[in-house]
Amino acid sequence: MVAENFIEFKDVGKVYPNGTVGLSHINLTIPKGQFLVVVGLSGSGKSTLMRTLNRMHDISSGDIMIDGQSIINYKGKQLRNLRRKIGMIFQNFNLVKRSSVQRNVLSGRVGYYSTWRSALGLFSQADKQKTVEALRRVGLGEKLYTRADQLSGGQQQRVAVARAFMQDPKIVLADEPVASLDPLTTDSVMNDLKKLNDDFGITVIVNLHSLELARKYADRIVGLRGGELVYDKTIDQVTDTDLDNIYQSEGPEPESEAIVMHSATEGVI
Amino acid sequence: MNEVPKRSFVQRIHLKLIIWLGLFIGLVYWTASLTGVNLVMFFENFDQFTALLDKMARPDWSYTQLVINPILQTVQMALIGTTIGTLIAIPFSVLAARNIVKNPFIRTIIRFILNLVRTLPDLMLAALFVAIVGIGPIAGVFTLAVFSFGMISKLFYEAIETIDEGPLEALQATGANRSQVVIFAVIPQVFNYFISYFLYTFEINVRASTVLGYLGAGGIGVYLQRSLNEFAYDKTAIIILAILVVVLIIDTISNTMRERLL
Repeated sequence: MVAENFIEFKDVGKVYPNGTVGLSHINLTIPKGQFLVVVGLSGSGKSTLMRTLNRMHDISSGDIMIDGQSIINYKGKQLRNLRRKIGMIFQNFNLVKRSSVQRNVLSGRVGYYSTWRSALGLFSQADKQKTVEALRRVGLGEKLYTRADQLSGGQQQRVAVARAFMQDPKIVLADEPVASLDPLTTDSVMNDLKKLNDDFGITVIVNLHSLELARKYADRIVGLRGGELVYDKTIDQVTDTDLDNIYQSEGPEPESEAIVMHSATEGVI
Repeated sequence: MNEVPKRSFVQRIHLKLIIWLGLFIGLVYWTASLTGVNLVMFFENFDQFTALLDKMARPDWSYTQLVINPILQTVQMALIGTTIGTLIAIPFSVLAARNIVKNPFIRTIIRFILNLVRTLPDLMLAALFVAIVGIGPIAGVFTLAVFSFGMISKLFYEAIETIDEGPLEALQATGANRSQVVIFAVIPQVFNYFISYFLYTFEINVRASTVLGYLGAGGIGVYLQRSLNEFAYDKTAIIILAILVVVLIIDTISNTMRERLL
């Protein structure tokens, strides 16, 4: 593993148009080939942080460098070239359910084709072969021509991993990839991600809720709370009490809100 | 604390419902008196209607041979018109969909054009195209194309607005450009709706094109008008039966196909 700073967040802040603070003063460097797990409560900024890397979200302040280049002002072709080198896995798999598995996996490759060639389905033989290879890697070779909605949740997520693999990514982002899966398929999806990391040195960043999984797969764990980086340790330094602290919330907010609403309708406190 | 609240007097006698009902009845009465709807006259002159039915009850079966070609022409007109309208509607519907085009300015302009096209009555379009390209089926094809375009683009963009947006985000994240996102993530999700709406519009167009013939826009309508002008109700009956058969066939085919698709 090369210990160069591959990804660099420099004092990154993000404020949403409605005033919500998504991220504040994030300073983080990620070396090439690291398997980084980001933990934190819902709404802590994990997804936002991840999406600033492929610019699905823009930041409000600071700078982000990938491979020594600032990416925050990329536009058009340059932005698309950045994105095609970054694979992304989603909680809801985000496959086109009515399309075949083959077409879903190939869609990871369209960034490398002109509009017309991809529209007419003129994918090269090499890329079609690569589709088969990508599916074999996740153990779904026989599903090539199956429609995506006929697969189980775990299988769909593994197709999504294959789609990301098609991009020849340098970075893979996985946003709660196992949140809607059962424990058994969870392991197979996490193993697929780990294999991308081991076999090709792809930098993998995963958002997770499960601390147990985080400890099992991560090289390093960072924690977010309220948009701020509150924790950052490599796996050999992580202790159980540390992780409990990350998940300590400031108070039962939703509950107090419910009480207010209740009293408003009843007129009695 | 946990008591069921009592309904107020107004709620108990359903006052709102009574008011709305009263308003509705008042409105119907008012519009009826304003437009001069006279039910007495309708029933007094009902024998006119039965007299017509009586004449049509003896169809001139020898006329059937003559009707076949024009009714096929009607179906052909509807097919070509619907196809042209659909092809033009696809790009417009994509541009009018809220989840694809985030720019409200472009969307508003596109939707305004679509509303404008839908406002034009098909009979007026037919008159217009007859004036432009002359009497004949070509005018009918153009009319149906514009009519289908207006209708289909609305059905299409509403279908597009219901799709799962996850795949759009996924495709965008792979570095696909906007057209590629539409081709790979939008079209596959709505394709079956598109086919279904195409068939539905085709059905409507077959019916509509019978009327268009009145204005000289080709098809069976020309014969319908001629027979009515000549008071040849035995021929009218054949034409109406022929239209019925064709509409039933198309209905059955398109219903079966749509059920399989959705």
